[in-house]
Amino acid sequence: MEMRAAYAACMAELMEQDRHVVILDADLSKASGTRALYERFPNQMFDCGVAEQNMASIAAGLASYGFKPWIESFTPFATRRICDQIAISICYAKQNVKIVGTDPGISAELNGGTHMSMEDIGVLRSIPGIVIFEPVDETQLRQAIPVINAYDGPVYIRLFRKALPDVFPADYRFDLFRADLLRAGKDLSIFVSGMLTADALTAAGMLAAEGIDCEIINVHTIKPIDRETVLASARKTGAVLTVENHNVIGGLHSAVLEALAEEKLPVCAVGVQDRFGEVGMMPYLRTAMGLTTDNIIAAAKRAVTLK
Amino acid sequence: MEEKLKSLCTEIRCDVVRSIGHLGTGHVGGCLSVVELLAVLYFSEMHIDPANPKLPGRDRLICSKGHAGPAVYATLARRGYFDRSLLMTLNQGGTNLPSHCDMNRTPGIDMTTGSLGQGFSCAVGAALGSKLEDDGATIFTLIGDGESQEGQIWEAAMFAGAKHLDNLIGFTDSNKLQIDGPVEAVNSIAPLAQKWRAFGWHAIEVENGNDVMQVRAAVRLAKKNRGSGKPTMVILNTKKGCGVSFVEDLGPGNHNMPFSQADAKRALTQLLGREATDEDLEIGGESEWK
Repeated sequence: MEMRAAYAACMAELMEQDRHVVILDADLSKASGTRALYERFPNQMFDCGVAEQNMASIAAGLASYGFKPWIESFTPFATRRICDQIAISICYAKQNVKIVGTDPGISAELNGGTHMSMEDIGVLRSIPGIVIFEPVDETQLRQAIPVINAYDGPVYIRLFRKALPDVFPADYRFDLFRADLLRAGKDLSIFVSGMLTADALTAAGMLAAEGIDCEIINVHTIKPIDRETVLASARKTGAVLTVENHNVIGGLHSAVLEALAEEKLPVCAVGVQDRFGEVGMMPYLRTAMGLTTDNIIAAAKRAVTLK
Repeated sequence: MEEKLKSLCTEIRCDVVRSIGHLGTGHVGGCLSVVELLAVLYFSEMHIDPANPKLPGRDRLICSKGHAGPAVYATLARRGYFDRSLLMTLNQGGTNLPSHCDMNRTPGIDMTTGSLGQGFSCAVGAALGSKLEDDGATIFTLIGDGESQEGQIWEAAMFAGAKHLDNLIGFTDSNKLQIDGPVEAVNSIAPLAQKWRAFGWHAIEVENGNDVMQVRAAVRLAKKNRGSGKPTMVILNTKKGCGVSFVEDLGPGNHNMPFSQADAKRALTQLLGREATDEDLEIGGESEWK
């Protein structure tokens, strides 16, 4: 199932249970997968039109009235375009607003550079009080949405909206503030978020054949990062690689570096090398931005060499 | 009532002058221009309970021009939300009365504001919330004329008009001045009333927004628009720095200005109509108004 369909199904369930759960759109409800909910929940769905700043602050006003608003747009317009509204109306004012950004990084594909957020995590990560979450697959997303709804405070959900390969088993138990160990290993810790998690697992399999035993940890919540898990794994393996569909400045790589600032070990990165996006389909963009399984394998070998 | 409201305005102005004078600097001009509105709302028109600032279904004022915080605080203190002596902590480290309104710090403040344009959208959100809850509240919101240059104001105006939020009453503090000069010269917002009407609002123009009875009449007129399917914008023609002539005379320079104890005493002399003393600079007993 597409991630947005799973997300919309979760939201429908929450809205059914609680009339204070509301969704606000800025003319992208179709992209977010929630368009059909307008008919079913006419008093809980509000389209603000193409006016993201107003949407964010209206959500804060609704939250001040006891509602639990979720706002939706593409990642660049849900973050960098409304950065001040998120900082002041939502975070500084401590309002319980959830922010859903779809099409993170290269997944914006044919919308190209203007719609391709390589910086959204970086933009939000320096704002106090916000939680930043990026789901890996449908299983994790379905567990995360009710947990995030129950969490009293601002959360950014970086939502890849199409289908993603299954990573987590059916008996998976989600904890918003705990990173997930996907594969234990002793030579290298790979911290990965979002859509590249499956690629990291594939890379680990191939690296194992070459005698490199990788530990794979999914850091689904980039802020606050699960420092304890990151530190314990890094200290165990002595080398680190971060993998993300985001600029290497400001995102997961930066968060991991901050957690490991006092450790003497190499921390390599697979991510967008401080450049803007461009138009294209995923295979081209993965290669152009250096986000392929081969890139992960090469960076992993380098990290191990640097030990 | 007119005399009571007028004397309240003087008391509020005196407390604004005292609290900003105590610190030595502040947003004097834009605080003094909105005193009549605050007195009318908090002492005559709003359904509120100072003993229960979170009263469900209460009317709310969201002061989107957050820099008028000191005037709102002086009004809230007079109304009994907190002790007037706290006004002297304005902008001091650790205070609950920061320069711009903060809902998490000050009893009676219903929204955090200061980044211009945002509070107005928040008020629209609150008005939508009140409609959904069907609690009968009126949401009041105050914006500046300079603030009206923010695009977000017009995004929110469009939405409130389109969604028929007739429980929302906005006020524009049209004091004609902003930091860089006259609003007309910096980036004209004229014709203002026509703009609001074009966005699906009623617009009421108040010739003298520093006349309590004119303001009160306009608020009552605006309240009658509930049921019309349109929000109302009340444009208050005010004077920035109103009530203290040497502040008024500074023009755009009175937005955020140095304000010494000597300045405060000079202002109090004018407001009280007698030579002010050092004692007048202090905040003393409670208001007689209940």
